[in-house]
Parts: sequence; structure tokens; C-alpha cells
Amino acid sequence: MNSIKETQQEIVEEFALFDEWMDKYEHIIELGKDLPLIDKNYKTDENLIKGCQSKVWLHAELKASKIIFTADSDAIITKGIVGLVIRVFSNHTPQEIIDADLFFIDQIGLQEHLSPTRSNGLLSMLKQIRMYAIAFSTKADA
Amino acid sequence: MNFINSDKIRKDFPILQRQVNGKPLIYFDNGATSQKPQQVIDVINRYYQHENSNIHRGIHTLSQEATNAYEKARTTVLQFINAKHNHEVIFTSGTTGSINLVASSFGKKHIHAGDEIIISTMEHHSNIVPWQMLCEEKKAILKVIPINDKGELLIDEFKKLLSPKTKLVAVTHVSNTLGTINPVKEIIKLAKTAGAFVLIDGAQAVPHTKVNVQELDCDFYAFSAHKMFGPTGVGILYGKEAILNELPPYQGGGDMIKTVTFEKTTYNELPHKFEAGTPNIVGGLGLAAAIDYMNNIGIANIEAYEHELLSYATEKIKKIEGVRIIGEAANKASVLSFLVDGTHPSDIGMIIDKLGIAIRTGHHCTEPLMNRFDIPGTARASFAFYNTKEEIDTFILALERALKMLL
Ligand SMILES: Cc1ncc(COP(=O)(O)O)c(C=O)c1O
Repeated sequence: MNSIKETQQEIVEEFALFDEWMDKYEHIIELGKDLPLIDKNYKTDENLIKGCQSKVWLHAELKASKIIFTADSDAIITKGIVGLVIRVFSNHTPQEIIDADLFFIDQIGLQEHLSPTRSNGLLSMLKQIRMYAIAFSTKADA
Repeated sequence: MNFINSDKIRKDFPILQRQVNGKPLIYFDNGATSQKPQQVIDVINRYYQHENSNIHRGIHTLSQEATNAYEKARTTVLQFINAKHNHEVIFTSGTTGSINLVASSFGKKHIHAGDEIIISTMEHHSNIVPWQMLCEEKKAILKVIPINDKGELLIDEFKKLLSPKTKLVAVTHVSNTLGTINPVKEIIKLAKTAGAFVLIDGAQAVPHTKVNVQELDCDFYAFSAHKMFGPTGVGILYGKEAILNELPPYQGGGDMIKTVTFEKTTYNELPHKFEAGTPNIVGGLGLAAAIDYMNNIGIANIEAYEHELLSYATEKIKKIEGVRIIGEAANKASVLSFLVDGTHPSDIGMIIDKLGIAIRTGHHCTEPLMNRFDIPGTARASFAFYNTKEEIDTFILALERALKMLL
């Protein structure tokens, strides 16, 4: 099982193959198409992170001390990036997530998607992932 | 017939020479804000370099000059919309500022519990929320004119909504999302017959078509400079003299007073009663320069040319499989909102941005309208007179390329 850091490095290497934004987007779109959809039961308003541009649904559950994230978006590029974020953070302990340093989005040149003006729900999703980790870590302590 | 020399005009807009993401910029987001010609930029620069001074409050030469220039700008606006008196032209911060002024001052004087305000389904949030807030405060009732699937107001339904309880009708002249040009003259006439006041949101109309407030006979008309080639942060509220005179002031401060004592303040006359504090002086001058620029080209020419661009783009985009145009009113300004089956508008917007093309995607601050069509948003291309058919060709190619990736 890769650490959060290792998975990010892996993604950075994967994207190093593309020097054209077009290829990069094509790859993200493919990832978006491949991302297993979130279980319909979890596509609720409670799990909805509403951006101005697109919507993101994020569900989290604790299994054997690790958080399993599933997610979806109504926009395919957002969905592809959401998929990458899930790949990085899912199946890790709350503490690992709290301690993690997020660098891959910057390194693969997608930082513009995190800008608040994009308002696509991604930034809120990252905050939400951290909130889940904090919430689950107090639960694990108890 | 085409009276627009777009090669010459484009040279007036420095930003149109720049590149975005390595491609020549194609700016199709004019509905959000328009670009500024050098003539407007020069006026702004010159003001700060040579003329800067506060107005209405100095005996020195600079202040006199600035005051004269600002009041001359007011006259330019008066002529632009054919108001009757200079003091019917109030400088505000923009359309939103103008509408909030009316909601506050008109609301205080004229709206009481049980009164009704009528808006329409296609209003921008800034012509919805101020009325909602007012209705909540005064226990008044907000009514909404429905539209048909083409995006046209249902005038017969509007007639049914009108009653002696109707105090105000506030509708947009041109829809920023659909492009629909509403029959405001008819709407105003009907409202007047019912004894209601009328505010027209002209934010999307003034960049495109000749507006004559006396002929329309509206009580209020609101618009923003930045959507008509002028600077941001300044706009106009036109109001009929007799009505404005009766309203209480909006904000308190300098310029809006006659005398102040701690016991009692008397208010200044129009238009100053509604212009508290140091205004956006350079904004007013920039707006006047933008009006001069538009007049030079000729507003009828602008309207005809933009109509040609819209027809050209509509025809071309319709040939793409799966495209659905949102807003197919018989009478439309240069706004092309669309969706493509199986794609999300934001995906299209992001990809064509990488090709140097700026469009807007989302709900365009008209969420109730999106709900009416049961869609999350649209992709919107909105054209100005400096856009060209060649740019539309490039846009269509970019759109096809995006769809190939997305589908
Ligand atoms: C129809 C309409 N009304 C009002 C506004 C608000 O204008 P401003 O943001 O300049 O106040 C806009 C701008 O988007 C608009 O399109």
C-alpha cells in the first residue's frame, strides 16, 4: 500500500508524460469517465458540495481504522481531478490524512482548478476531506 | 448592410491584441463585462495625471474643473438615454447599486404590508434579492411573471398578476442569460394603467440598443458603465423628477445635505440627495467617454452588426449535433446560451479557455431561471461590436474539438 506521498509522486510521474495541456485534459477526462460512480444512496444533498460551476458529492466511511472516500461530480474534468484526489487520500488513517502535504495538483499544473474563482467545489472538497479526517480521528480516540 | 469596420475598431481595444494560453484572445464574455477602448482608458489616465480633485466642495481651479467635467458627464448620460433633466440622472456604483437605492428609498415611502411587487422569471439576482429583502421587511408580496419555453415573458399572465395592490413592476429590458429583448414599452403601459411604478433593469440593453426613457415612460431605469465599454464601479439610476423628489434619501453623508446640526439635517436637492460622499469621479468621466465612443460608431450600427453576429453564430452552432440553445425568443440581443447533450457547460468552458476563448458558464446569476428550464447552467457566448465572424468560426472549431474530447 502506497503512502499518500508515494501516490502523489506516482501521479506526478504519470502526468510528466504529457507536455501539452490537451493531452493532460484528455487524460483527466478519461480518468473522469473511469471513476466508479458513488453509490446512489450516498449521492445525497448531505454529501453535496455545491460549487458555482459544478457539483461534487463526497462520501466517507471508516473501515478498519481507515477512511474510504467515494465521490462524483456532474462535470467530467472536475470528476477526473476528484478521482485523483480520492486515489491519494482514500484508504488511509485519519492521522495520515491530517499530516499529509498536498503537492501533486500544483506539480501537475492544475492549481488553477483550486482557485476560488473556479468555484467548482474542488477546494471545498479538500477542506471536507480534512474535516472528515479530524472528525474520524476524535472518534478513533474515543 | 454593414457599417462596422471591425479591423479599425479592434485597434481601439488594446486588450484584444493580447494572447491567452498562447492563442489570440477571443473575448465572448461581453455580457459579464465589456472591454474598454483606448479613448476611455486615456480619459481615466488623464484625470489622475492632470485633473484629480474633489468635486462640489472646492473653490480652487482644479476642483472647479473636476466639478464641471463631472456635471458635463451627467449631461452626456442625459442625452444618451434622453432624460428630461440633468438631476434625473443619479450616479451610482452600478446596476446593483441603483436597484438597491430604489428598493431602499422607494420601499420606505411606497411599500406597505400586503402590497405587491412584480418581477419576472428571467431576472438577474440583483433584480430579485433587493425586492425579496424589501418584501420580507415590509410584509409585502413578490409575484413573478412566467415565461414560455423560448424564454419570452407571458404578457397575458402578467396582466393577470396586475391589480390595485401592485405597487411596483421591476423587469429586465434584456435578459443576460437568454438574450430576450422584453417588450418593456408594453409592460410599462400595462403597469401604469394598473397604477404601478416601473423600474427597468437596463444593464444588458444599453450596450446594444438605443434607450429613450421619456418614450418608454418608465419611472426608473438602471444600468452599469462597465457593460457598455466604460469603467467598473459606476452606473446610473434614472428616475423621474417628481418621483425622486418625493423619496427619502438613501445614504447619509457629505454632498447630500443642505445644512447639518445635531438636532436636524436638511437634505440637498436632486441629484445630490442620492449621491452621498465623494463619488467615483473618474468613473463618471469614463462612462461619458464610453458614450461618446459608442455614439461615434452609431448605436444603430452596433445593434445591426451584433444582430448579424448572433444570427451567424446561431446558424453555425445549430449544425453541431446535440446542441440545445437556451433562449430562442423572436427578439434577441447578442447572447447565445447553449448546452450540449452529454456534457457539462463548465467542461466546455475550461477546454475552450485553453484555446484562448473566453465564454461564461454557470447560472449567470439567474438561478430561478435555470430552475425554470431545469438545467444546472449554460455555456454563454455574448458578442460585442468588436467581435467578428472569423472569431465565431474559430469558436465553433474549438467547440467541436472540446466535444470530441468530452464525448
Ligand atoms: C441583467 C443584469 N442586471 C443586473 C446586473 C448587475 O450589474 P452590476 O454587477 O454591474 O451591478 C447584471 C450584470 O451581470 C445583469 O446582466
